[in-house]
Parts: sequence; C-alpha cells; structure tokens
Amino acid sequence: MWRYVVLMRRYAVLVLYCSLCLLLIAAVRGEWINAYQQIVIMFAGINIILCSSLNIVNGYMGEFSCGHAGFMAVGAYTASVLNVWLFASSNPVFGQSALASHASLVVFPITLIAGGVAAALAGLLVAIPSFKTRGDYLAIITLAVNYIVKSSVENIQAIGGARGFMGMHGMVETMEEAAELPWVMIWILVSIGLTIVIIYRLVNSTYGKGIAAIRDDEIAAEIMSVDTRRMKLVVFMLSSGLAGIAGGLFAHVLGYINPGSFTILKSTEVMVMVYLGGMGSLTGSILSAIGFTILMEILRPLQVMKWVLIPFSLIVLMLFRPEGIMGDRELSDVFPKLRRIFPPNDLGAD
Amino acid sequence: MALLEMRDINHFFGGLQAVHHFNLDLRDGELQGLIGPNGAGKSTIFNLVSGFYAPTEGEILFQGKNIAGFRPHKVTSLGMGRTFQNIRLWNSMSVLENLCISQHSRLGYGLIDSILSTRRYREQERRVRRSAREMIEILHLENYAQEYPKNLPYGLQRRVEIGRALVMQPKLLLLDEPAAGMNPGEVDSLIELVLWLKERFKLTIWLIEHQMRVVMALCDWLKVLDFGKVIAEGPPSKIRQDQRVIKAYLGEEEEVHA
Repeated sequence: MWRYVVLMRRYAVLVLYCSLCLLLIAAVRGEWINAYQQIVIMFAGINIILCSSLNIVNGYMGEFSCGHAGFMAVGAYTASVLNVWLFASSNPVFGQSALASHASLVVFPITLIAGGVAAALAGLLVAIPSFKTRGDYLAIITLAVNYIVKSSVENIQAIGGARGFMGMHGMVETMEEAAELPWVMIWILVSIGLTIVIIYRLVNSTYGKGIAAIRDDEIAAEIMSVDTRRMKLVVFMLSSGLAGIAGGLFAHVLGYINPGSFTILKSTEVMVMVYLGGMGSLTGSILSAIGFTILMEILRPLQVMKWVLIPFSLIVLMLFRPEGIMGDRELSDVFPKLRRIFPPNDLGAD
Repeated sequence: MALLEMRDINHFFGGLQAVHHFNLDLRDGELQGLIGPNGAGKSTIFNLVSGFYAPTEGEILFQGKNIAGFRPHKVTSLGMGRTFQNIRLWNSMSVLENLCISQHSRLGYGLIDSILSTRRYREQERRVRRSAREMIEILHLENYAQEYPKNLPYGLQRRVEIGRALVMQPKLLLLDEPAAGMNPGEVDSLIELVLWLKERFKLTIWLIEHQMRVVMALCDWLKVLDFGKVIAEGPPSKIRQDQRVIKAYLGEEEEVHA
C-alpha cells in the first residue's frame, strides 16, 4: 500500500500535467477556445521551451549566449523543408498518396527531432569555442553564429532565401486528415513536458550539478574531476537541440518562416524571458515565458512601440531586480509545503 | 616504485623560465614539503602535477604512468586530490553537494541515465551521496551539511575543501598553503587534522606552506625553491639552519656604513 503511494507521489506532477493537456485539447476540439487564443497558447508553449533551454546555458552554466534564435532557425528550416519535401502534393515521396495522412502522424515527430539534432550539431559552433573562451568573448561568438545561420539561409535560394519558406500548413492539414485533432498543439504540449522533465532531472542529478560547478569556479571544477569540455558540449548541444525543436514547432504554427524571424531581435526576446524569470530557475522560465507571451499580446495594439518597451523593460529589470522574478529558486523554495506533496527526489537515502 | 616522480622538469611561460630542472621522488606514505619565498614557482609546480599546465620539458610519472599533459580531471580521477591556496569551493551549492560533485568522474552513470532516472542512476546517486555523507561525518561537519560554504568560518571552509579533495579516496594529496590566513588555534587544529587524515586514509601528502610551524610539525623532508630552482633539500631540522635558505628568505647581510 505504501509503495503505491510513493509511486503515485513520484508521478503526481506528470499525471497533473497530462490531465491539464487533455483538458486543453478537449477545449480546442469543443471549440471553447478560438483560433487566436489557440495561437497565443501555442506561442506561450514554444516560448517555454525556448526560455528553459536558454536558461541552462545562461542561467545554470553562467555563460552569455545571445544567439539562441539561430538554433531555432536551424530546427525550423530542417523540419519544414523535410515535411514539405515529403508531403507536398507536387512531390513524389508521399505527396497525396493514400498512406500520406497516416504516415504524416509518425513522420512529424521524426522531422521535429531531426530539426533538433541539426540544431544540436549547429550548437557545436558555440560549444567548441567555449572550451577556450568565456564571458564577453563567447558572447560575441554566439552573436556571430546567429548571423551566420540567418545569412546562410538568406543565401540558399532552394529554401526560399530571404523570401521565406512556406507549405507547412499542408503538412498540418495532412495530419488532420488522419485524425481531427490539434496536432501542433499536441506536439507542443508533449515537447514542453519532455523539455521540463529532461532539464529538471539533469539539473538535480550530481552529473548536472557539475554544470553549476563550472559556473561557480571552472578551474576548481576541472581539477575536482569534472570533465568541463564534455559538460559544455552536453549543455550547448542540449540547449540548441531543444531550441531547434521549438523552431520546428514554431514553423508549423505559422505555416511560413523567413530568416527575418530569427534575428538578434528574437534572441533578445528569449533573453528577456530568461532574465525576467530568473537565471537558473526552471519555474521562473515557465512563468516568465507564459507571462511574457501574454504581455506581448496585450501590447499588440502598440505595434512598433512594443520593440521600444521590451528592451526598456530589460534595462529596468537589470537595475531593480537583476535576479528576475524567481532568482535561482524554484516553486518549492517559495512554497515549502509543496515539497510534502511533490517530493523532489525519491532516492530514499536523503 | 615512487608514487609521484618528476624528472628534469623545465617549464617556460613564453620566454620566462619558471621551473629549472625540477626533480621529485615521492614515495608511498611520505609527507614532503615544498617551501620557498613568494614567487618561487611552488604553485606552478603543483599546477604542473595537477595537469593545469603541460610541462615544456620533462616527465611527470604518477604510479609509473606519464601524466604530463593529461587534463586535470583525468589526473584527479587517477588518484590525486588537491586543495587551493584561496579556497575554491562552489558557493551556490551546499557542503553536501560540493562533496558529491567532486566525485564527478566516478559517478557511474551518464546523461541518459540521469534524464531517464534509470535504476543505475538511482543506485549510483545514492552511493555518491552516501560517500559524501560519510566524509561529512568523518570531518565532523554534520551540522553544516546543508550550509553554503560562504557562510562558514574560514577554518571550516578549509576542512570542507580538504574533505572535497579526499572524498574520492586519492593516494596522493596536494595541499597548497592549507594554513594560509589562519590564527594559531586554527593552525594547531589543522596540523592535528592533517596527521590524523594521513593515518586514516593512508595518504601520501605533498605540502606547500609558508608557516614554519606547520612545516616543522608535519614534514619528513623539505625541498626549498627559489626562482624556480631547488636550492636546498633535506629534513626540516637541517633546512632551518641552511645558510642558502636563510638568504633566500631574508636576503643577504649588508654592511652598514655609519
């Protein structure tokens, strides 16, 4: 009986999350949430993935990566090009064939992951220089990588160059032919769940704490047997891989992407979310991603002034509360009672 | 066979020769000291052994294996522990976490295991935390296990640092000025602690220290370094009377012209 309770407690959060997702999907199907609201929810979800993936580099490892949008772009383009290539009606691979709609349900997550893998490989462009540089110098390198990705895409005419790339709606329609469900929303919710679980578990293991050790004192970490190069590779590739998946999802929400969506402006947006939520706080990232997305929608009537307000708020934030909303604390630090309901780590020895 | 051997080490920083023909033969169970005026190159030699620098010339053999050029984390995992002159604990993590993280190369699990929370992860993580707790008990730090190092008094921080270096049960312990910044009472505790740890863990210790009291109380053998060269070596009783050593620390006697 007791074992049952322990097991239930361990999976409590997971069950709660799944119930929430099912509720959301039911609401969409029942048309209680209109299309605009759905898009806002989906963007909030994508922002959660972007924000928490950047947080492991900027917050948890203490680096300053300002080119996150570049990895998003790699994932967006990879997933989009693959899907359109496989499922566009003018194309012989799956095209309009009978098996197309069922195949698409399986292929979509595969191409999303392919986007993530491509983005993780692009993350090497930052990971490898990080072995020898840190701080400001690495920041400049990350900025350069953002520009490299954006400019490369602009120059590849086969995927539309500066004009952009479209056709992803076709993919979404193909999936909806097989089953009338909000597929993109579903995959966003699944990705959020996976992202949070991966980051949470990594960061709470002693293996993951090696990352924080690098932030606190890299030399001591190296001498105390932490393989700093390997950890940097893991962190940068994980971060950019997750950003790539977010990019793939982003592309399929919009149906159209162009290099202009993935500039330093986008990277700055993600950075604002990270610093607003608190560097190194997973809860903070989730809260600020949702809050920021909603704030953006509220400010939409202001149009261009939005882009004055966002950087301005970053300045105000840095002056008056540099540690962000949550600092480096999690929800269970602010509400200790939660620890009794959702135990942090069921290892028994603690 | 020597535990740590350094053969004819010459180390250059650009055009500056920091270490001249340094040799070392450290046997199991010894407690040797490396002393000398500031800037002599003592920490440089420690950094060479730890793997922080690769020696420009010469060999470093640990348990017979040439480790020159190995990266520090690899050297440590071979059985060498080290403390630092300025305490370098990880301040955003508790004492317990500090002692867990320094076992990083012997965690017994990897990225995938931690993400999937496999049985191997849970067993190994439990083992790691148990080892950390045992060290905490040995060093009587139970009351401070959840505390952040920066909140602890200096003497305790030093103890945590030594614990951190010992948690993987190294054969060789490098202590870089462990008594730095300590008052006489703390120094006495430190001397006792080092001797006790040496006995309990069967350690070989190599020590850099400025305070003569510590050196005399602990070391069997001393090497004196000045400008990167060994100018004298021998047991402490002989060294303290060696003219060259006195000159290196205090300078030459000068004629005073009235």
